[in-house]
Amino acid sequence: MADLQLEGVVKRFGEVQTIHGIDLDVTHGEFVVFVGPSGCGKSTLLRLIAGLEELSEGDIRIGGESVAHLPAAQRGVAMVFQSYALYPHMTVRENMGFGLRMAKFDKAEIDRRVEEAAAILKLEPLLERRPKALSGGQRQRVAIGRTIVRNPKVFLFDEPLSNLDAELRVQMRVEIAKLHAALGNTMVYVTHDQVEAMTMADKIVVLRDGRIEQVGSPLELYLNPVNEFVAGFIGSPRMNFFECRVLDVADDRLRLELPGDERIDMPADATGLRSGDRVTLGIRPEHILEHDRADIRLAIDVEVVEHLGGSTFVYARHIGGDAITLQVGGLSDIQPKDHRRVSFSRQICQLFDGDGRNISPHKVPGELKDEEPGQAATA
Amino acid sequence: MHSSINETKSVGLSADAAGAGRATDFRQARRRERRYGYLLSFPALLGLFMFLVLPFLMAVGMSFTDQRLLSPNAAEWVGLRNYERLLSVDWLVQEAERSDLGEVVRDAGGEPEFPSLRTVLRGDPAYREYREFTSWQWGEKRYVLLAKDPRFIQSFLNTLLFVMLVVPLQCGLALGLALLINRQLRGISVFRAIFFSPVVTSIVVVSIVWTFLYHRDVGVLNHYLQALTFGLVGPIDWLGDSDWAMPSIVIMSAWQACGVQMLIFLAGLQGISQDLYEAAELDGAGRWSQFWHITLPGLRNTMVFVILSTTVQAFGLFTQVDVMTGGGPQGSTSTVMFHAVAKGFREQDIAYGSAISVVFFLVILLIALLQKKFFDAREAK
Repeated sequence: MADLQLEGVVKRFGEVQTIHGIDLDVTHGEFVVFVGPSGCGKSTLLRLIAGLEELSEGDIRIGGESVAHLPAAQRGVAMVFQSYALYPHMTVRENMGFGLRMAKFDKAEIDRRVEEAAAILKLEPLLERRPKALSGGQRQRVAIGRTIVRNPKVFLFDEPLSNLDAELRVQMRVEIAKLHAALGNTMVYVTHDQVEAMTMADKIVVLRDGRIEQVGSPLELYLNPVNEFVAGFIGSPRMNFFECRVLDVADDRLRLELPGDERIDMPADATGLRSGDRVTLGIRPEHILEHDRADIRLAIDVEVVEHLGGSTFVYARHIGGDAITLQVGGLSDIQPKDHRRVSFSRQICQLFDGDGRNISPHKVPGELKDEEPGQAATA
Repeated sequence: MHSSINETKSVGLSADAAGAGRATDFRQARRRERRYGYLLSFPALLGLFMFLVLPFLMAVGMSFTDQRLLSPNAAEWVGLRNYERLLSVDWLVQEAERSDLGEVVRDAGGEPEFPSLRTVLRGDPAYREYREFTSWQWGEKRYVLLAKDPRFIQSFLNTLLFVMLVVPLQCGLALGLALLINRQLRGISVFRAIFFSPVVTSIVVVSIVWTFLYHRDVGVLNHYLQALTFGLVGPIDWLGDSDWAMPSIVIMSAWQACGVQMLIFLAGLQGISQDLYEAAELDGAGRWSQFWHITLPGLRNTMVFVILSTTVQAFGLFTQVDVMTGGGPQGSTSTVMFHAVAKGFREQDIAYGSAISVVFFLVILLIALLQKKFFDAREAK
């Protein structure tokens, strides 16, 4: 079984340390996505696994065997590059077969494997073409084909879709997911696009500044982000944050003052908090309702309204002066310059202490029977 | 052609009544812009015309006359006489001399004897002005190649030899240096400057210095050669031996000029995406395979340009020969340019020198076109 383990992985470039001790277990067949803002070390981590960068400390094991000291070609990994990195002077067939040719496979075997991969990716009519004569999507497919041919234990993808237009990106996303289902290999995928992460991953690894912030399934990260950073990074549009003052502390409850003087009771892990402390309340744009019947209410001044058809993004300010984003139903009648009262359920919001740690109770998908934004629009 | 296209465009624009004023403005601006264009390129064009186009046309004209460099007599039109003198080649076969008994006359070494070539050539009006270029013996016959200007033929062959030796050497050297300095090391720019410095040094100075290096008795090269081989090899008379003189000039010329090609290769190398090397590394390609499958194909266009330009440059070999060997020994380093200068200026036969230049120009043009065609054909493949 080709599971992948990182153990205390550290990478330094000269004096500068960019990866600060990463531990990670990936089980065989998992689709893992490394996500994070640029500079978080996700590409470096991928390159360390690939063997394109040398490990400074720690160990990397594939299928239980340490590969830290193996050259890239012997690790049993294959990588799709952001730029595709197709050899420009070779045909698609030669591009896909190059790795096998280097490994001294015989011609018939190379042809058989290339044609097999080409069939999976529907590349057969393009086999004799050069990369120059291919569209972006086709190049992408060839780059993937090149990795399939080598039948690696672990597939590595380095932001493979970022050079494609939006429509093609969605299409390729689905194709890669299908490929994963069909091949069943372990795949590690790097992206800065949290939508890609959410849609494709079995397991998301959120990275910041060379450290893992959180590892979990997409829904787990969405519902129970461990801290403010993950909460803000996962989900689009971004979660709204409000600074609140703690008025009163009980064991499992906090009494808070929202900006604009609204006072609310929130369930929370209140250990270590005292009245007068500042905490941050987070609520996702799609969880804010257009009516004021839910338990936490806010008055807002609408500034900009974006109609996307299926949904509507509303950019507004609330009484406290902070910006707030709402995602409401596509048929919403909300208008710029409206003064509105909106509301949300206390169950669905997040609460972070002064260090950004999530102190709201753990949420379980089945127990949150909240009003959907679509229903709210028609209500 | 160009202006007429602009004209129709302008007409099309002004046909639109509402936009007529704007169209006129636009046309005026265009015209003004074009005038500035001509104005700004004028000095360069003038220079090109005065020092390149005009002299070339004059050379073409002169090559049909008997113009001398300094002569009180007016030049006269001589048609193709200069070209005929330049390009006439002939051959003859001599039978060995036989005694009255019909036996081949042999010299002391047992070699057959042949009639004096000079007497033969003088005796036959068909061979007027011809001189021996080269000859070889086959049994009892001697084959003689004749030319009206054997030195030109020799110079032409010398030049071809030089080109065939120096182009691969210089380009290979340039590529090697480019590969060496194409890395992120501290102080690498110092090496770049060092490798490039011969290019910015005067070729005359370089030639003089290398003449010392090549010197038979006091030259550094022979000293090292003898020291390293414990006196078994050398001393070699680098510039004085007709077998070594041209290779010596080839080595020195490649060393002097390869810095330019090195920079061009360096630019080409830096144009190859690093991702390709990484992809190849993952594909299991070693250093050599990466060079063969990524670097060389990636440098294809650079290579075409470098080879073309180096070839054309190599054909112009003159200064090194002039400074180091004066065309000798026995004409073994005389090149076409050297011969043209020798005829045109030293012997003052400027008309004949012009004819050499014109013919040579056509030859280089032809070779450059053929090379281009060759590379284009490979591209298409």
